[in-house]
Amino acid sequence: MNHLIPPSIQPYVFSVLYGIVIVALLPLLAGYIVLVERKVMADMQARLGPMRVGPHGLLQPIADALKLLIKEDIVPEKADRFLFWWAPVLSVTMALLAYAAIPFGPVFQIADLNVGLLFILAISSMGIYGIVLGGWASNSHYSLLGALRSAAQLVSYETAAGLGLVSALMLAGSLSMKEIVQAQYDQGVWFAFVVPVGFFIYFVGSIAETNRAPFDLPEAESELVAGYMTEYSGFRWALYFLGEYANMVVVGSIATTLFLGGWLRPFARNHDLLWGTSIELLDIVPALLFLGVAAYSFWTARRQPVQIQKLVMVAVGALCVVLAAVMTAALFASPAVMQGIHGAFWFLAKVFGYIYVFLWVRFTFPRYRFDQLMRLGWHFLIPLALVNVIVVGVTIVLQQNWEWRHPMLAAVATTVIMLGVAAFLAQEEKQHQESMPAAER
Amino acid sequence: MANDPSEKDPNAKPPEGPAGSGATPPKPATPAAPSQPPASAPPAGAPHAKPAAPAAAAPPKPPAPPKEAPPKPVPLDNELVQRLKARFGEAIREATLDRKQAIVLVAAAQLREIARYCRDDEKFNMLADLTAVDWPKREQRFDVILNLYSFPKNERLRLKAHAAENEPVPSVCEVWPAANWLERECFDMFGIVFEGHPDLKRILLPDEWQGHPLRKDYDILKQDTAWVRENLGIESGQ
Amino acid sequence: MSDARAYGNSNVDTTVLGADEIILNMGPQHPSTHGVLRVKLKLDGERVVDSECIIGYLHRGVEKIAEHRSYQQFAPYVDRMDYVAAVSNGLGYCEAVEKLLGTEAPPRARVVRTILTELQRIASHLLWLGTHALDIGALTPVFYCFREREEILKIYEKYCGARLTTHAFRIGGLQYETYDGFEHDVKRFCEDFDKKIDEYETLLTENRIWVGRTKGIGILSAEDAIALGVTGPVLRASGMKWDIRKAMPYAAYDQYEFEIPTRPTGDTYDRYLVRMEEMRQSRRICLQAIENIPSGPIMARIGKVLKPPPGEVYHAIEAPKGELGYYVVSDGTTQPYRVRVRPPSFINLQAFDKMARGSLVADVVAIIGTIDIVLGEVDR
Repeated sequence: MNHLIPPSIQPYVFSVLYGIVIVALLPLLAGYIVLVERKVMADMQARLGPMRVGPHGLLQPIADALKLLIKEDIVPEKADRFLFWWAPVLSVTMALLAYAAIPFGPVFQIADLNVGLLFILAISSMGIYGIVLGGWASNSHYSLLGALRSAAQLVSYETAAGLGLVSALMLAGSLSMKEIVQAQYDQGVWFAFVVPVGFFIYFVGSIAETNRAPFDLPEAESELVAGYMTEYSGFRWALYFLGEYANMVVVGSIATTLFLGGWLRPFARNHDLLWGTSIELLDIVPALLFLGVAAYSFWTARRQPVQIQKLVMVAVGALCVVLAAVMTAALFASPAVMQGIHGAFWFLAKVFGYIYVFLWVRFTFPRYRFDQLMRLGWHFLIPLALVNVIVVGVTIVLQQNWEWRHPMLAAVATTVIMLGVAAFLAQEEKQHQESMPAAER
Repeated sequence: MANDPSEKDPNAKPPEGPAGSGATPPKPATPAAPSQPPASAPPAGAPHAKPAAPAAAAPPKPPAPPKEAPPKPVPLDNELVQRLKARFGEAIREATLDRKQAIVLVAAAQLREIARYCRDDEKFNMLADLTAVDWPKREQRFDVILNLYSFPKNERLRLKAHAAENEPVPSVCEVWPAANWLERECFDMFGIVFEGHPDLKRILLPDEWQGHPLRKDYDILKQDTAWVRENLGIESGQ
Repeated sequence: MSDARAYGNSNVDTTVLGADEIILNMGPQHPSTHGVLRVKLKLDGERVVDSECIIGYLHRGVEKIAEHRSYQQFAPYVDRMDYVAAVSNGLGYCEAVEKLLGTEAPPRARVVRTILTELQRIASHLLWLGTHALDIGALTPVFYCFREREEILKIYEKYCGARLTTHAFRIGGLQYETYDGFEHDVKRFCEDFDKKIDEYETLLTENRIWVGRTKGIGILSAEDAIALGVTGPVLRASGMKWDIRKAMPYAAYDQYEFEIPTRPTGDTYDRYLVRMEEMRQSRRICLQAIENIPSGPIMARIGKVLKPPPGEVYHAIEAPKGELGYYVVSDGTTQPYRVRVRPPSFINLQAFDKMARGSLVADVVAIIGTIDIVLGEVDR
């Protein structure tokens, strides 16, 4: 196909194509992540969630989007009009822009920058402007306070998260996202198992960065100081919301790439073949997973009370069967195609798993108070992250210079040391808390 | 309905003889017929008025207990009252026991001192309630009531003071801070002014409300009709 | 320092250090005030320096209405005060009038009343737990609590037809016999309930964030509590072991064994623990009571027209919120001369200022939740 495209624009075609696909699909995806969140929330709360709009509530995001689009656009009288318009746009743009460097597979990447990770972190930091400007532009005392708090929280936890990333970065040796995944392939282990403490720090930092519970004080309804989103209604608010969920996917993608092996399947270096064929055993797992989900869909279809819900479950099952077929077909295609499709599957699976844990955490824990939140970030996470970087660095150097052959031994030693440090810090924190007069807590 | 007492009769499972009480609507003094099985234990506290009648196992009412004397207030002169009288003399006007609860009528002017004495010496450390009753026909129309409770002695005491319409009553806020809102409510509802209260203003009604609703001469119907006429321009249907 | 006056902002006060104090109004409409409560906070930065509760938005004149209804006609009104725990209100009123009449409900009625009231205590505490957790940010316990509360409300519905404002009791006893399967339902609920409380405790009690948000917040010492007339779980969490069910037993409480949970400090966490334990003890009472409901009549012989002899009575019960007292004055006619309700929420809310002083704004919501007020009772 390459001969059809003029050479001058050849390098850009696929990138632009991927870009268009992402920008077109992402709002839809974010909307459906909201639906998934509501369904998961309902499940954890012993109820059903949206069920009315479309079978099993599947059309709920469409209905919500339509509603927000036709809502009256209210701009506060004394608000700064340009900033009021620009702030949510900034937020969403930065979230979408970060996708430029994220590798969904060995081939699906808009731009393989050699400083990809740095680029993504920088762009996400720019998103904070969207929040501060939104609070400022609202011309409301409380919105501004909420925005500043949110910004303070984001900055602190971004520092901690970044330091958590550094420990994995040292293992990878490069900032290019593709190289990082490749390093995990070469070393035969996902970095989450080598630096679990770094992974944990990044996980907590990313929850705070995306303003999710238990760090969602700035946008909590029952708190006194209203958040930066208060004066926004209709589609402007939808943009903020979209930005938040897009950010969740970005953050999940970073975690997946750095810690969970990116597009690699589990046990990527295990090349055991399926008996008598040339297909690797572990490569049939995606198809099996889809078939499992399809079987479950068909089975629950029988129990659905309403006809349309039955049909939907059967359709979902059929869709899963189709996907399983695609996965299987990919096994027989060229290695590039196979890697592309299976890589995308594993990547997305990991990102969604990460987001599921976000949702899980949201509905389990109460909210942190703002000063407790800041204390946690600065007094606990950042010292922990700093020590983590030092310890991991020292371990790497020792491994290289002393030919210490077993990487997992290093991982275990590092983890033990870090857990000790974490326990020490937690103990310090507790003592500090108890020594404070009651009103200060 | 399953909940109708006349239907539920633990003893009437198989249809009984002619006097099966399950089907009989409850008649106050009818003894159950002799064909009924011997009764189980009679309901406690209801002595047999008619020894021949098997005591009712049937829910229709038990034989009438002998009439007890209706409860009424009796004068009280226990040690607490004697100590109070010894200490305050004439300020303790009267002490009664009504429904087994001690009530001491005191002079309003000495209310704060008596309250302090009760809290400190008699150990009535909790003010359970402070309220008022309006007896418009009396010259001193208001009864200010203080319900006290003593944690150490597990005892209740009621202090009562008469107050006339425009006569201020000493506030007991210094003695029990609980009185703060309670006195404000009395002021709001009755118009009793408490002297020495830190911030006596209305609490339940809006600040600009006219009148004191719990007074007996505050006619809700008149108020409602006047308000509807004034604000809605129609006649209230009440 | 003079800038504030130059800007003509009368809400701004300047302290010695030249900092500004602002007045923050948590208006009558707010998701966390549990009803129409207005709280005016004077803040120095994030700290509450002074607070004032403004109530009366739900005042309905219940005490005035009582003077124009007969004793039985007034009984449904009392449910509407503490509408979360309607059965307890009814119990207090009926027992107060029974004292005024000089009668007592028959034993069977007393035991059934006890069971229903204890179930109501559990239901009230469940609602409290769900909403309190929701204010602090835990989104899940509220649904679990309401799931259990639903079971209790179903029992009430089968018993007397109403779920919330039940009017379950009558003066002199009960109107309705217990339905077939009442014992079975209550027993089944109580047996499942222990595990459910464990579920809530797993989510909250040892949770670091929960402890961090509730420990040391809103401390009320025992002397302050007694001086302010605070009763109920708030008093017990401040260290005072006192419960009217043990001190001056009513209904059938003297027949059953149960503990009174107390905690030493009087902060929000302690109040949480006290109420959790109270739910367990209520369950214990229910199980004991349901084993042995005496048979007999459910209504005392008092006639249809009630004319208590002139006099007065003050009767208090341990409602889920505290000491609920009824002061009833009779002048010998069919209508009470005066009915005064001693509302526990009203008096407990007075302690709010003491608890909130010195705490952060973000804790105010937690403190309001922990006092457990129902505006229907505060304002009547």
